[in-house]
Amino acid sequence: MDSPSLLAASLAASIAWLAIGLLGLIPARESALARRVLFPLGALAGLALAAFGAQAAWLPSASLVLPLGLPDLPFHLRLDPLAGFFLLLLGSVSAGVSVYAAGYFRSESAGRLGLICLQYHVFLASMAFVILADDAYLFMVAWETMALSSYFLVTTDHRLPAIRSAGFLYLMIAHLGALAILLAFGVMHGGEGDYSFDALRAANLSPFWATVAFLLAFFGFGAKAGMIPLHAWLPEAHPAAPSPVSALMSGVMIKTAIYGMVRVTYDLIGGVRWEWGMLVLVVGAGTTLFGVLYALVQHDLKRLLAYHSVENIGIILLGLGMSMVFFGFGHPAAGALGLIAALYHTFNHAVFKGLLFLGAGSILHSTGIRDLNAMGGLIRKMPIVAFYFLVGALAISALPPLNGFVSEWLMFQTALQAPLLENGVVRSLIPLFAATLALAGALTAMCFVKVYGIAFLGQPRERHGAPPAAAEHAGTDAGPMERLGLAWLAAGCFVLGLFPASMLLTLNRVGASLTGSGLSDEALESSWLWLVPTEPAKASYSPIIFLLVVVAVVLITIRLVRLVYHGRVRVADPWDCGFPEQTTRMQDTADAFGQAIGRVFGPIYLTKRHLPAAEDAAPKYSLRIEDRHWHWVYLPVARLTEFLSEKVAWLQRGRISTYLLYSFLTLIGLLVFVR
Amino acid sequence: MSEPLSSQFVNLLAALLLLLAFAMLSQRRVLTLIKLLAWQGAALAASTAIVAYATGQMHLYFSAGLTLVLKVILIPWVLHRLIDRLYIRWDVETLINIPTTMLTGIGLAIFAFSLATPISQMASTITRSTLGIALATVLLSFLMMIVRRKAVPQVIGFLAMENGLFFAATSATYGMPLVVELGVALDVLVGTFIFGIFFFHIREQFDSLDIRHMEKLRED
Amino acid sequence: MDQAPGIALQLLQSILVVSAAPLVLGWVNMCRAWLQNRSAPSIRLPYYTLVKLFHKDAVIASTTSPIFRVTPYVLFGCMWLAAGIVPVLATDLPFAPAADIIALVGLFATARVFAALAAMDTGTSFGGLGARREMLVGFLAEPAMLMTLFTAAFISGSTQLTTIVESLAHREFAIYPSLAFAAVAFLMVLLAENARIPVDNPATHLELTMLHEAMILEYSARHLALVEWAAAIKLVVYMTIGFALFAPWGIAEAGDWGAMPLALAALAGKLALAGAGLALIETFLAKMRLFLVSEFLSGAFLLAVLGMLTHFLVRG
Repeated sequence: MDSPSLLAASLAASIAWLAIGLLGLIPARESALARRVLFPLGALAGLALAAFGAQAAWLPSASLVLPLGLPDLPFHLRLDPLAGFFLLLLGSVSAGVSVYAAGYFRSESAGRLGLICLQYHVFLASMAFVILADDAYLFMVAWETMALSSYFLVTTDHRLPAIRSAGFLYLMIAHLGALAILLAFGVMHGGEGDYSFDALRAANLSPFWATVAFLLAFFGFGAKAGMIPLHAWLPEAHPAAPSPVSALMSGVMIKTAIYGMVRVTYDLIGGVRWEWGMLVLVVGAGTTLFGVLYALVQHDLKRLLAYHSVENIGIILLGLGMSMVFFGFGHPAAGALGLIAALYHTFNHAVFKGLLFLGAGSILHSTGIRDLNAMGGLIRKMPIVAFYFLVGALAISALPPLNGFVSEWLMFQTALQAPLLENGVVRSLIPLFAATLALAGALTAMCFVKVYGIAFLGQPRERHGAPPAAAEHAGTDAGPMERLGLAWLAAGCFVLGLFPASMLLTLNRVGASLTGSGLSDEALESSWLWLVPTEPAKASYSPIIFLLVVVAVVLITIRLVRLVYHGRVRVADPWDCGFPEQTTRMQDTADAFGQAIGRVFGPIYLTKRHLPAAEDAAPKYSLRIEDRHWHWVYLPVARLTEFLSEKVAWLQRGRISTYLLYSFLTLIGLLVFVR
Repeated sequence: MSEPLSSQFVNLLAALLLLLAFAMLSQRRVLTLIKLLAWQGAALAASTAIVAYATGQMHLYFSAGLTLVLKVILIPWVLHRLIDRLYIRWDVETLINIPTTMLTGIGLAIFAFSLATPISQMASTITRSTLGIALATVLLSFLMMIVRRKAVPQVIGFLAMENGLFFAATSATYGMPLVVELGVALDVLVGTFIFGIFFFHIREQFDSLDIRHMEKLRED
Repeated sequence: MDQAPGIALQLLQSILVVSAAPLVLGWVNMCRAWLQNRSAPSIRLPYYTLVKLFHKDAVIASTTSPIFRVTPYVLFGCMWLAAGIVPVLATDLPFAPAADIIALVGLFATARVFAALAAMDTGTSFGGLGARREMLVGFLAEPAMLMTLFTAAFISGSTQLTTIVESLAHREFAIYPSLAFAAVAFLMVLLAENARIPVDNPATHLELTMLHEAMILEYSARHLALVEWAAAIKLVVYMTIGFALFAPWGIAEAGDWGAMPLALAALAGKLALAGAGLALIETFLAKMRLFLVSEFLSGAFLLAVLGMLTHFLVRG
């Protein structure tokens, strides 16, 4: 297909999502329609969108003006390689999630499911429109629709007060961000022309106003992405939402913010400055470390995953920041590499975080618990989920040969281009950011050893004298549709990890279309087997050979040991250094892992711990770890708002004539102002 | 790779100096601190001797010898006597925890390096690239004086700072005039003795060498 | 491309490292015994132990899942691959481009994660304790290792170990102060990663001090043999990485088969020296408290970072 028809087809797929959503409202006595037909159809639309996006990444861009919208301000659509790449991400991840959702929502009542179906598909369609939008107006409409529909999805269980307040927090930060983005568009506009992206691109901004626009956009998109200190909604909203929705929000929605950042910075504003890159790097490094350190001390599985989303956004920002620094100093090849690494990680994170959230959903569905301290031994009850979760856990821990490693490897390679830079301070700082990344990667590995080891391995844990919750409820592995969704995303982890070269070429095309510069020719000539970012003598990586050698050695060793010796096995109780009276309560808990980290990184956490005294009749132990940002940023802001509101409340008199007087005075004031 | 071997050795010793400065920053024991100070002095003497050899400046040989006698043998010996007499071979505490101190130290090192780069491009000595390291050593020793609570480590920090200054002088201009150097050396020696005497007085007064007690001397 | 001699060399090197690893371990134990005035066990003792273990019936804890049984093989496979990537004898290895230093660190991380998972799998108190401590050591050692390797990568402008060796060994002699920092950091990481004193004591089963041993408590017979063997290979691989970065002399250039005997002799000499040095360190130092390990390793991390900064300054 050529690009205009691809754009039309993508539009059709997005509209199909809207239509599917509306079909969900058809009153039905059973939820079978939505489950059996609508969600799978949505998955198909997602697949189609992914296919269109993948093709569009290789074609010149195409645009389209819809006869919709305000008079004089029709909707502009455009499909260029960057949009194509993000459509690929959105389509492929949402396909897996939709299939999973078809199985996951089996116990919902028909009415509720219809509503969820509507909100879910409107959410998907709005994300597609965010990516396809080519004017600020449509972009903001889609952006706000996305925020609203996801808000309703988060508050699906709106009868619980905790979930309502989580939703409120989410909505508030989302709107703060949207406001900043709106202002950014206003600044970029520069007072001339209309608000189509073409006009914004053409606007000639002075360095000062360009920086203002960048800062506003960075803040606005950062609020949606979950960078510190605007991350507070993530660990609240993700656990509140149903798991497929968490998977979509964490996997795809926060990526639209990355899309927005890349679009605005590289495309609309242009002329990237290295100072911006340094800001992004500093925020990114802070976000990365903060996210992973707080993830390590969580024991609520979904909250933990949410903090890891914060961390991964930080990693993506590190890639973007390095790219901006290199572009700013005039090293486009290194800059393109950084951009590619960031986008690659965006895709990777979407896939493995989607997978992990779905896995968490299966655990929640099967056992009814999110608390890691009450889990254990789930691998025996749900071996299939356990396998897919392991794939996701290894991928997010950046272990070769899965996909998380590839993008971190590319980021390290970008950092190793630092000697190109002329500025001494920046040159010495870039490797420090790489060190942050290395530290975060290793901490993530620790965190997922904790998650996997505690949830799936070992024995079920009992809690407060009650019988092990996991053992009581868990009896079911995931259903067929859920398995299919999990398998799709797990396969994504393998494909993106084992065949990175083709993805690299696609992303190079995306980067080239945005910035006009790509990787060196040597890098592009390498075969599909090898991943070469600069030139073969400098760095290369071949995940396939990597995997093949390890698998071959494993198989040969198993065979040889059997042949030469024997394969006899006896099963016995665990030895445990000869200690008698082993109970399941003696296993490590999630908090035990956190405690070790708390010792090393003590000052970062706000820990409130209550230890029982020796003579307590009813000894109780409690541990609460709070986010310092609440006390540093949010509560002061909340107090200030409250204070101002009290002052403003003086205006509220309850008499109509007073209010009319206010309006009258305002009118007079405005007339004086515009005179 | 075109640099002469002597210059490479000086670079190596400079790196060692920086390494020792960081080691001092992270070291808790007084005894080890004194040993590290002696090693720093030795590295300084060696590098001065190499510069002297490479440039043929006789007075640098002299100052190398002076460094060796004073900073490797005499002052560490005095300090050893001192901590024996004061019975303080125990751990020293630090105000901030060590990783934070070290991170601050790295920040200071980057700052020093960036500050020194333009200066070292102006200098014409064979050792110009070590100027940043010298500056970093000075700043790190200063940091050490700030974060330490006990009096003896503070004095060690002071002496390490003097080492850094000396190294800076050597690397930037092949050393100060001999008279100045002699004067500084004498000052340092006398300073150490005076500090030693002061320690006894401080301890007599407060029963401790923790300098937080000095806060009590403030007029309210 | 004519790959046959390269692949032969590749196999030869891997087999050499894998089969010689217990010998190095025996040598370290022998040196340590001498230094401690004990009569030394035979240098072949690790081999006897391995054979003995392979002959025994494996006992598997009833609480475990397949992950527990697969892990020894995965560890062994990872270490085998690592042994094939590091230029031990020569620099023209066909597999070497499959993984550069970053991937090598990733490979060790994979092995560590699997070992920790297997330990958690037993569901015992010691298993969890060992896994937690191992990951605690790992999360600091891994970045320190990466930064050490980055210093070498900045000097040679490449992350390929073969290119690094070529540029460090076969160039004009030069002193790199940054490499001195990196070498100290690398030594610290080596001690931590291979569970040696002062971080861990490979000869103890005292519950409060175990790290690595606590993780593999439940393994027996052939599984234990493979785990131990993998640990021995890991030690040798770390030593050879150290040689490649800090003492690359003697490693044969690409295609130079004549230099192979010399390379072999140089390797044997270096390994003997390194083993004796390791025994010396283990004799002189005492094991430190667990929470001092984090300070020890963050020291290594900062040293490596400093090395990198020094490189930028001195080479400016």
